[in-house]
Amino acid sequence: MAVKFDLNEREVWDGNYAASQALRQADVDVVVAYPITPSTPIVENYGSYVANGYIDGEFVMVESEHAAMSGCIGASASGGRVSTATSSQGFALMAEVLYQASGMRLPIVLNVVNRALASPLNVRGDHADMYLGRDSGWLQAGAFNAQEAYDLALCAFKIAEDPAVRLPMMIHQDGFITSHTAQNVYPLTDEAAINFVGKIQPIDDMLDFSRPVTYGAQTEEDWHFEHKAKQHKAIMDSKPVIDAVFAEFKELTGREYNRVESYDMEDADVVIMGLGTTVETARVAAKNMREKGIKAGVVAMRCFRPFPYEEVREALKNCKAIAVTDRSSPGGAMGAFFNEVTAAMYTSNNRPMMTNFIYGLGGRDFSIAEAERIYSEQVDNIEAGHITTNIQQFSGLRGPKLGFFKTERS
Amino acid sequence: MSVEAQELDLLANDNRGKHQLEAGFDLLGWDEVTQGSVLASFEGDASDISLKKSEERAYSNFNSYTATVASWRVIKPVYNRDICIDCQNCWVWCPDTSIISRDKQMLGIDYDHCKGCGVCVEVCPTNPKSLLMFGEHTDLGESLADWPEKKKKEKK
Repeated sequence: MAVKFDLNEREVWDGNYAASQALRQADVDVVVAYPITPSTPIVENYGSYVANGYIDGEFVMVESEHAAMSGCIGASASGGRVSTATSSQGFALMAEVLYQASGMRLPIVLNVVNRALASPLNVRGDHADMYLGRDSGWLQAGAFNAQEAYDLALCAFKIAEDPAVRLPMMIHQDGFITSHTAQNVYPLTDEAAINFVGKIQPIDDMLDFSRPVTYGAQTEEDWHFEHKAKQHKAIMDSKPVIDAVFAEFKELTGREYNRVESYDMEDADVVIMGLGTTVETARVAAKNMREKGIKAGVVAMRCFRPFPYEEVREALKNCKAIAVTDRSSPGGAMGAFFNEVTAAMYTSNNRPMMTNFIYGLGGRDFSIAEAERIYSEQVDNIEAGHITTNIQQFSGLRGPKLGFFKTERS
Repeated sequence: MSVEAQELDLLANDNRGKHQLEAGFDLLGWDEVTQGSVLASFEGDASDISLKKSEERAYSNFNSYTATVASWRVIKPVYNRDICIDCQNCWVWCPDTSIISRDKQMLGIDYDHCKGCGVCVEVCPTNPKSLLMFGEHTDLGESLADWPEKKKKEKK
């Protein structure tokens, strides 16, 4: 029997601590981990909860992140509730095994504290690791602050383990800005949390000796495609389950989550779309712009995978100019987020002007003033009737203005 | 021991190696394949499977037991019953459980699964060896006729 952990109605937690408390309350059976900055405290805290008797679980230390996710797969295939955390280089080393976990349809919850990828080496937050996981077959949702890191980690188990979903899920938070900033967090009681998450229902578990199964089968050109298609459909079909879990969470806590979040969007002409902590910065900037008479709004991605095409199109249907922000070095293309939003808007009736801002790499601060400047530039585009700048620009970069790709105008 | 006594389907039930890998059953659509490509090893309840001999087990079509997976073998181990002392070394070391042994008596080789790695020959302690590698298409009688004589100890 686990020792009772005393909680106040309001706690002061950073994002890492909040996520680790969610793992404790969700009664996670196994955490297999190789800690890395800035996500270390998540697994470290889980280890201490085990050591101090606050949870009946197993904390397994391994020799690498590759081994960490491999261990998670073993534990999950055995029928346990399994979670771990990682960042950046660790995430990259885990990448091979991420595809194994999703291909085997194992509902592991991975807390990703977003951090830049070397080289140059950098411990600060950007979204390079999150983007690396975008084709891995995991569900991906983003928290913008510590409270959300806690809430979404709890929701993640319920979503991932739903028999209609059975897919692993990543909950992202920004390195340091969220993970190491202490804020007010309102936790659920242990009872309410575990009642909400529920018990895991093992499916095809390897500890069922009456039905031994093979995990990780080899399939060549005559079977592989069908398996991947089935997996993709499961990801696409997870949307109503995510919505239902968010609705149930709102009923329990009053805190509302949507796969696409809209702020000041009732009448917005100009929009910044963002992920992570950028959203809160953009929201302040939008308010400031509105004081100057500019109809500014923010659309934020809560759920990166499955990508909410319909909801994005609906949220942006009346907008005129949209700045899509990507916090990852795009490596010779437009930002991935920009590409996806643009694909959604190309099939809309209004076809707004779309621009792409690469910003905040390696933890470079994204200021309210810069967000306001981006809004002003969108206003200029509307007044000119066309995109006046390069479609892709670098924001907050020293040196000569850097941008690529222009609209064709004859 | 006669050639006839070493039938190659030794201890095989009808189920072993009955189809080529990835063949022998219908190709299914994406809506019919198993979730996570998880494959059951046996048909029905397998609670007591460890108590059953391999020829008594209801292996599923997706168990490699029912497939022959040795098509790329170019040399094969040949077993000579007349020399073997049933030490079980080959059975222990075979990486593909392709040595068929029952009640600690060596019976032969499962050519549906043996890849021809030669580990069994390497670990065989008899003089001459009771297992030797021959070309895949050398027949058994010819192999046994070619078996080397016992080597004399060299005087020091």
